[in-house]
Amino acid sequence: MFSRAYRAAITVPPLVWVAVFLLLPYALLFCYSFWSVSSSQEIVHSWTLDNYRQLLRVNVYWQTLLRSMWIAARVTIFSLLLGYPLAYYLSFCAGKRKDLLYQLVIIPLWVSYLVRAYAWKTILGSDGVLNTLLQYVHLTSHPLDFLLYSPFAVVLTLTHIYTPFTFLPIYAALEHIPRNLVEASHDLGASPFQTFWRVIFPLSIPGVLAGATFAFVLSLGDFLAPLLLGGPSGIMISNIVVSLFGAAYNWPLGAAISFCMLALVLALLSLSESLEKKWSFR
Amino acid sequence: MELSMNQRERTVPTSRWLPWHAIVVFAFLYLPIVTLIVYSFNGSGVGGFPPRDLTLNWYRQLFADDAIWTSVLNSLLVAFAAMAISLAFGIPAALALDRANFPGKALFRRLVLLPLILPGIITGLSLLMLFQAGNVKLSLLTIVLGHGTALISVATTEVFAGLQKLDRTQEEASLDLGANYWQTFWRVTLPNLRLSIIGAALLIFTLSMDEIAVSFFLIGRDNTLPLEIWGRLRRGITPEINAISTIIFIFSLAAIVTWYRLRAKAEPELIL
Amino acid sequence: MALRATRDNLATVSEPATTGATPSSASPLLDIRNVAKSFGKNVVLRNISLQVAEGEFLTILGESGSGKTTLLRIIAGFEAASSGEILMGGERLDRLPPYQRRVNTVFQHYALFPHLTVAENVGYGLRVAKLPPQEIATRVEQALDMVKMTAYSAVKPAKISGGQQQRIALARALVNRPRLLLLDEPLSALDANLRRQMQVELKSLQREVGISFVFVTHDQEEAMVMSDRIALLRMGELEQVASPREIYNRPASAYTAQFIGHTNLLSGEVKDGVAHCQSLSWRTGLRDGPGLFSLRPENIRLATGVSTGAAVRFRAKILRQAFHGATELLQVECADGLLLSIRAASRDNWSGDVDLEFSSADAVPVRASEIQQPQGKD
Repeated sequence: MFSRAYRAAITVPPLVWVAVFLLLPYALLFCYSFWSVSSSQEIVHSWTLDNYRQLLRVNVYWQTLLRSMWIAARVTIFSLLLGYPLAYYLSFCAGKRKDLLYQLVIIPLWVSYLVRAYAWKTILGSDGVLNTLLQYVHLTSHPLDFLLYSPFAVVLTLTHIYTPFTFLPIYAALEHIPRNLVEASHDLGASPFQTFWRVIFPLSIPGVLAGATFAFVLSLGDFLAPLLLGGPSGIMISNIVVSLFGAAYNWPLGAAISFCMLALVLALLSLSESLEKKWSFR
Repeated sequence: MELSMNQRERTVPTSRWLPWHAIVVFAFLYLPIVTLIVYSFNGSGVGGFPPRDLTLNWYRQLFADDAIWTSVLNSLLVAFAAMAISLAFGIPAALALDRANFPGKALFRRLVLLPLILPGIITGLSLLMLFQAGNVKLSLLTIVLGHGTALISVATTEVFAGLQKLDRTQEEASLDLGANYWQTFWRVTLPNLRLSIIGAALLIFTLSMDEIAVSFFLIGRDNTLPLEIWGRLRRGITPEINAISTIIFIFSLAAIVTWYRLRAKAEPELIL
Repeated sequence: MALRATRDNLATVSEPATTGATPSSASPLLDIRNVAKSFGKNVVLRNISLQVAEGEFLTILGESGSGKTTLLRIIAGFEAASSGEILMGGERLDRLPPYQRRVNTVFQHYALFPHLTVAENVGYGLRVAKLPPQEIATRVEQALDMVKMTAYSAVKPAKISGGQQQRIALARALVNRPRLLLLDEPLSALDANLRRQMQVELKSLQREVGISFVFVTHDQEEAMVMSDRIALLRMGELEQVASPREIYNRPASAYTAQFIGHTNLLSGEVKDGVAHCQSLSWRTGLRDGPGLFSLRPENIRLATGVSTGAAVRFRAKILRQAFHGATELLQVECADGLLLSIRAASRDNWSGDVDLEFSSADAVPVRASEIQQPQGKD
């Protein structure tokens, strides 16, 4: 029903914009990862695999990448442990309060990411709220110093930030489960426990996958929370990229790391997509 | 929180631990926000329990702080411009995904939506390389281009969802009555997508106001608010940041409430 | 509430046609020539040729999946035909985009714009045509008056009933003075009473305004009540195009005979101008060979008195009866096992053996249809 001119008018402008500002930059990133820097700090535009070789050879790179993945995995697990039961409670048990509680989960998202990370810093610091509170009630006599500038602080903060993000798709998936399925399961003699594991949980898996992917990918690429709260032991892979693009001035190596991250993210996305497809029955 | 369950809900598997779990999660989510607000009134600075010497000093100091307000203005400027770009390209992109077939459509869909899930650092870096290759001086303009591009994904997903709900015969009726494609777009398609577009605009606006990963790499001389805050955080903690955050939080809260009022008023009319 | 149209309400494009018109004029208003349509491998329409005369009420009748809505959408311009051409007033119509065709549509679920008021909906076509506001106001007023909806002009469509929405959809289309009005099952969403009332009103409105109507429906009764001609569509092909009377009395195929009304299909052997079906035989004009005949239940009568020469007489046993109000549909079995339906006057208890007869002329020879469909009544 739409004429060719109409289809061209809606297709060409976004296509051109996306090509120039997304496709081209990603391609550039790819190219950079095969270039190098001369001793006079200039980009050498000749192709080499040196950057990728360096990634494998220098321990700090792949170790940091592994540590980042471990931090992201913990964030994902904690977000799911906090988010899933909450989503389940809201969707199935909250009754009339459902909408209000839903809004309460959303509202923290409107507070700046940076500000929330900063708030955790003021809570966890050695003369921060938590430590002074503990001393005030005489639970400790010295400030606990593992709280701030540690992977713990990073995981805690990122969990705080990504819990609402994991909650949202899980809640949406639970809301889409027809309630008569639950009744049918009971009617057929399943106990509440069996009903949950055999009917509700399998049908909510696409939501779990979407939420988990989101939490994992975004916390994997984070560089602000580690910089603010991580200390030396909480450094993540993106911090290395930032320093390579800044003070260390080695864009090609930074590009190579970024490209590995990009590839990792794309692989995870397609994995989660195919799993989601497998678990959605509509 | 007591459980008030009716007959229907009693058939649902539940546990008495669930409400307690919900309370814990909400406490976790709100603890930093409450701390932030409380300590914006704390005379002896951030940290230190219990809070004492309630004061409005930090707010007074904040209102006299020109650098912060300049960055707020910059952020507003960037957010509006990014909103314009994202909508101008995101709405057609959603229409194209809905109703046009062209080679590379799958790749296009993936590319448009990628910034939604990709860590901001990658988008920021690749754009930095683009601007460097094109000899574009970093400024607020490069941030606008960065935000605009990354947030097309938001406009596209919101509007695409709206299009799925749009009754196609509405547009056919318009063409049938003699309106050409352009008139049909303005008189029927766009008004029907009104809520999705307003929703997308609000979301883009707030995301842009808060964005830091992309801006971090594309910043020129002028700071946006998150970058200004970031700079100060690196120099040390100051309750002024609590004060500005509290103000922004209250503004956002007002925006959400307005948005829900608006939607509640508009929605019944949209259901034919 | 009656729909009313006067000469000043709507400028007529042509003189109203006379009842039961068949297109006899040299140039029809709409000329569909060899139109075919397929979606991928799925062939929806094959070789459709059909004319619509000025002022005619033509109904495209068919079951769901017969391609009737696709044909309507091709005329309106929402789909392009895969082959063939469509002319209106002698000029190519199928090359124009929908908004340049002087054709308007009443959509199945009305497709009223929810964000516009009733009056804005009706005035939409005039406004996009950039008519002076004064003229728009007058014509909208007249159109609303025609469908008796003036009181609702400032209301949004969601606030009015289905029947009222239907009137607005009609007014919105007619206010543009189209040369042809397309109606896509416009009455299907109404309840039975309102539907019957609207059938009559729509028909008389069409007479008044004199605009050609192409009406799509799956309801054969609706088609019979309203149409000048019926085009019966089956699996993408035209089965028969004729006036309601002709299509009922002279069905061309077994499918037509079964889809429109009740019938008995008699399959027999013709020899020397006489058809034989088990123990029954009657005179026919068919050539020798196998023959298929449609015999309407109401054409089989209870035999009284002396046999007239033209009638075929036989004896049968009543098996069961179904009450249809004024009449009774009886299932009878002849001595040789042949089962027939007959229509008889309503009576409490039909039973036993009866003498029956029918005229040879009422056994109408029909073309066999590849797949015999069950009765298409709903």
